[in-house]
Amino acid sequence: MAAAIRHELRFILNDRDVVLTSVAPDQTLLDWLRLSQNLRGTKEGCAEGDCGACTVLVGKRVGGELVYEGVNACIRFTGSLDCCHVVTVEHLAPNEGRLHPVQQAMVDFHGSQCGFCTPGFVMSLYGLWMRSPDPSDFEIEKALQGNLCRCTGYEAIIRSARAISSYGRVSEDPLASERASILARLARMDDGSRVEVGEGGGRLIVPADVDDLAAVLEAEPKATVVAGSTDVGLWVTKMMRNISPAVFIGGVRELRSMSEENGVVTIGAGVTYSEAFDYLSRRIPALGALVARIGGEQVRNMGTIGGNIANGSPIGDTPPPLIALGSRLTLRKGAAQRTIPLEEFFIAYGKQDRQPGEFVEAVHVPVPGEGIHYAVHKISKRREEDITATLGAFHLELAADGTVKEIRIAYGGMAATPKRASAVEAALTGKPWTEATIEAAIPAYEQDFTPLTDMRATAEYRMLAAKNLLRRFHLETSGAKVPARVSRYTVAA
Amino acid sequence: MTKHTSNLKAEKIVGGVHASPRHDSAHKHVTGTAVYIDDIVEPFGTLHAGLGLANVAHGTIRSMDLSAVRAAPGVVDVLTASDIPGVNEISPSGMNDDPVLADGKVEFHGQPIFCVIAETREQARRAARLAKIEYEELPAVIDIWDVDVETHRQVTTPLTLKRGDAAAALASAPRRVKGRMRLGGQDHFYLEGQVSLAIPGEDEDVLVYCSTQGPSETQHMVAHALGVPSHSVAIEVRRMGGGFGGKETQANQCAALAAIAAKKLKRAVKLRLDRDEDMLATGKRHDFAIDYDVGFDEEGRILGVDYTFALRAGFSADLSGPVGDRALFHCDNAYFFPHVHAKSAPLYTNTVSNTAFRGFGGPQGMVGAERVIDEVAFAVGKDPLEIRKLNFYDAMGVDGERNITPYHQKVEDCIIQRIVAELEESADYAGRRKAIAEFNAGSPVVKRGLALTPVKFGISFTKTESNQAGALVHVYTDGSVHMNHGGTEMGQGLHLKVAQVVAEEFQIDLDRVKITATTTAKVPNTSPTAASSGADLNGMAAQDAARQIKDRLIDFAAETHQIPRDQVVFLPNRVRVGNEEIAFNELVRQAYMNRIQLSAAGFYKTPKIHWDRAKGRGHAFYYYAYGAACSEVSVDTLTGEYVVERTDILHDTGRSLNRAIDIGQVEGGFIQGMGWLTTEELWWDDKGRLRTHAPSTYKIPLASDRPKIFNVALTNWSEAYEPTIHRSKAVGEPPLPLGLAVLHALSDAVASVADHRICPRLDAPATPERVLMAVERLKAQVAK
Repeated sequence: MAAAIRHELRFILNDRDVVLTSVAPDQTLLDWLRLSQNLRGTKEGCAEGDCGACTVLVGKRVGGELVYEGVNACIRFTGSLDCCHVVTVEHLAPNEGRLHPVQQAMVDFHGSQCGFCTPGFVMSLYGLWMRSPDPSDFEIEKALQGNLCRCTGYEAIIRSARAISSYGRVSEDPLASERASILARLARMDDGSRVEVGEGGGRLIVPADVDDLAAVLEAEPKATVVAGSTDVGLWVTKMMRNISPAVFIGGVRELRSMSEENGVVTIGAGVTYSEAFDYLSRRIPALGALVARIGGEQVRNMGTIGGNIANGSPIGDTPPPLIALGSRLTLRKGAAQRTIPLEEFFIAYGKQDRQPGEFVEAVHVPVPGEGIHYAVHKISKRREEDITATLGAFHLELAADGTVKEIRIAYGGMAATPKRASAVEAALTGKPWTEATIEAAIPAYEQDFTPLTDMRATAEYRMLAAKNLLRRFHLETSGAKVPARVSRYTVAA
Repeated sequence: MTKHTSNLKAEKIVGGVHASPRHDSAHKHVTGTAVYIDDIVEPFGTLHAGLGLANVAHGTIRSMDLSAVRAAPGVVDVLTASDIPGVNEISPSGMNDDPVLADGKVEFHGQPIFCVIAETREQARRAARLAKIEYEELPAVIDIWDVDVETHRQVTTPLTLKRGDAAAALASAPRRVKGRMRLGGQDHFYLEGQVSLAIPGEDEDVLVYCSTQGPSETQHMVAHALGVPSHSVAIEVRRMGGGFGGKETQANQCAALAAIAAKKLKRAVKLRLDRDEDMLATGKRHDFAIDYDVGFDEEGRILGVDYTFALRAGFSADLSGPVGDRALFHCDNAYFFPHVHAKSAPLYTNTVSNTAFRGFGGPQGMVGAERVIDEVAFAVGKDPLEIRKLNFYDAMGVDGERNITPYHQKVEDCIIQRIVAELEESADYAGRRKAIAEFNAGSPVVKRGLALTPVKFGISFTKTESNQAGALVHVYTDGSVHMNHGGTEMGQGLHLKVAQVVAEEFQIDLDRVKITATTTAKVPNTSPTAASSGADLNGMAAQDAARQIKDRLIDFAAETHQIPRDQVVFLPNRVRVGNEEIAFNELVRQAYMNRIQLSAAGFYKTPKIHWDRAKGRGHAFYYYAYGAACSEVSVDTLTGEYVVERTDILHDTGRSLNRAIDIGQVEGGFIQGMGWLTTEELWWDDKGRLRTHAPSTYKIPLASDRPKIFNVALTNWSEAYEPTIHRSKAVGEPPLPLGLAVLHALSDAVASVADHRICPRLDAPATPERVLMAVERLKAQVAK
């Protein structure tokens, strides 16, 4: 059954409906706002989703609700906004001369100096305030991980953030009071059609549903599949690559579902980090600590676990922990689905087990049972919003006699793909879970890995830190009462 | 503000000096209505420029085929060196070594070679990638760690400071330690990258809106490159989205290219660099290799020091000479060296030409001082804080002999003792030192460290002629005031402080003083807003202008009321003339009616200072600013990861013009200094390519990197020793080296794995990797 086709993109920008019949697949939201709409409050600081000066809110419909999230307009494609509500700093225009609570707090607490990053901070804090009017310092810092300020040292911004609710109530905010009507407007825009805009070398497609996506990719096997655009965005802004035809899958409903059955969580390929970890961290607490180490809030709101897997990067943060959990991956081509162990998807650097026209549909994550020790440790130059130097994930089952019944260890940043430490695993299996066993297994790392030196770390450091993560894992699972890591937060995330 | 009513009964004006009004643009920052260069509505037909960058580190251009660039969609023109109508040269030091566009030879990877002009920015950027350039590659020197400092090519004349006989003191000292420290550079990472918008005018005129800290220098460079008199070029900047020294000379290239294209094509041209291009093609803080040799007694009192500060200058001189100088000026930090010999070596490398960055070499000098203190402390087995205190300059008022700097200036205003004593107390240094020792004894993996480090920072440009400033103040007939001066706003609140000074002078509320964009057409021949001098210099110049007008108003009132001048007194928003009070606005109106000039150009030059570089002697600084920071960290000795648990700061800004603004400078400066010394790592590959050229790879601190507990206070008792503007002190740069406390706390934590018997010699930036490797090194030394 072929979907109806609509040749226009529809969304709401601040308070007005927008219909675009012409938009390039690589048109970024930021350029569109600044150059086409002359909305210049939103700034470009890096054009790669790392500084947050371009933060805007995007309201999207999730299960009948309208959820607003901060995103990086610099790497968000306009084509991905069908039936969404885009809110820029201009929407917080003073009301009868009074600033918005977020803005007034930032002014009163001296939260701006040069002011260039400020609209981005305002939007991130606005998003936080709407979902958590009285946030903890941890929530504030987590919400601001994707916003860089070079002037203030952040202290004044944190003081502002703590005070926002003393300036006004969320319920009186227009985005709260008008939410139902905006939702209705968005629902009216959504006619269930596939969207196709442009022609020749500049086409974009928004599939109507997952079957339509399968059909589109069968017809266009060379299309660029764009989920959160946290990676593809840079192909455009930094590498100037042509991504046409671009297929935007972020809104495909079936890919946005999550479910759990028989202890296995199935995550659709379009589920964002924020959404996936919101659930996973409750089921698998060790993953909860990891989420605050992946990207900034905006990237987590855009990027997907499916995308993190599909792009095959050796330094993606989700494949190693999912591999250690024994996750499986479902791929689909046309009507045909196949499910493989996740680790087998990664063949070599830049090469994955994915055929032309095939796409990642879902990943299936077993929840560790009782008695399983599971941990994920990421090492990076800067603790948060940084790319991994090395990341180790450990899944340990001990036998009743205290020996290792089964252990799965997977690393990122140590090889050309996310990779199991098979030799180390073999050296540990069947042995007592003791320091002596660990030390005896350590040399096996040299068989498993030959890491590289690059700007993030030397090979020497990667190897040593990777080994020491096993030592840390042992310390933390063997009843040692001493702290084996440093933590920013007294209440661990 | 549409209508203003002055409070004529007020006891105090709103927003005078020593008050804490909020940043004048805060409400515009938060609403996105503050206009930066890229936000200016472009004139009709504006074109956009993009740069073509070299992709070898050193070589001659054998051939350059730009036909595909020219043929690309939207391209209007491509500029190369031969299109520069004036001189292809923008060296701020006049060394003729800084081309606008590379001409025949390439000296670093990322050097601009050509400039594409297209209808859109995206078209220009895409087209720039289509060039076919063949190079004859030449051997490249990328870093300075392995070069011979004595013989390697230098980009400019080095400096030597000497006092006493360091060689003899070292030879006869009871104890002696030599070592070397590697200290990395730093990218400015202003959030707003380099940008210029040039609008051609009639004749030879061009107006350039440029994100620059030095409008006058930009004006001169643009004129030089265009081959026109300076009077034909106007530079304007209302505000920058951060500068930090990175827009002192580095703004000139974009300005010159935009102006050349605009004049050639007779259309407005904008050049805004992409973040990656900005980081590849513009200069940074200098890396330093610091060689030291220190002699001391058994107590830990320093007897003599010999230093070599080798700095990675990059391919040209730029400001490397004076940056090296300032490193030497601060190699003593707050310590008296009885005998000292220190020299700089600005080394040529095939990397981008390094430049000014907040502190301008001073922080690097202080890092050298503090490393020496650590060496001495470990050698004599004492807490480094004890050694610091033992070696301080004499306190202000002490009639001693330990008060002469390596450049022969007498330190007359030293208050570091009191600052350190107060901070030691408020931060409970002794109690926490004990608690940390106990914690570490029971914690084999996580180790804590603590350090308290001082700052003494010299205030003045060492280039004497830069210590002058101008201002232009108009009072309009309604009593509102237009204020302009040569300083630029980059977030530091300079315009606000100067406006406070003017408001105070006239005794009118701050909102009566209009802050206006810096422009070379109003105040000429200004110094860059740098060296922390913005408020000191421009505040004084604006005060001078306001006083001239005020004097005329007093003369006028005294004459018309036939009373002595001292009976004309400026009260809040009004003037008492004899027994009568008259609104300021009314007095101004009357003065106008009587043809009194209500506009004045103010001027200031810093007194007392002089500097003889050849002799290495002089009164280089008008005064010093002081501060101290105490930081505690936790280090994971398995991975090198760390957390800053707490930082306490006490900093001196004299009688602060605006404490809220100054607190912001101290907090921000500390975090920026901490970032420099911890996670901000510039990394070049073996081909000389900078691989940390964007925030994805270059890691400045996040909100979650600031100390868990962060107590920042300003001294409430100090005032400038010299008659500075309202006895305030400069605050731009001095807080940055407070970040050293974190480096030394990390070092202290690392030292704990060897029971504090070995100086960790932790290099910077102290990334988790460097921390772990230092831990491993110390463990190995203990095991031996």
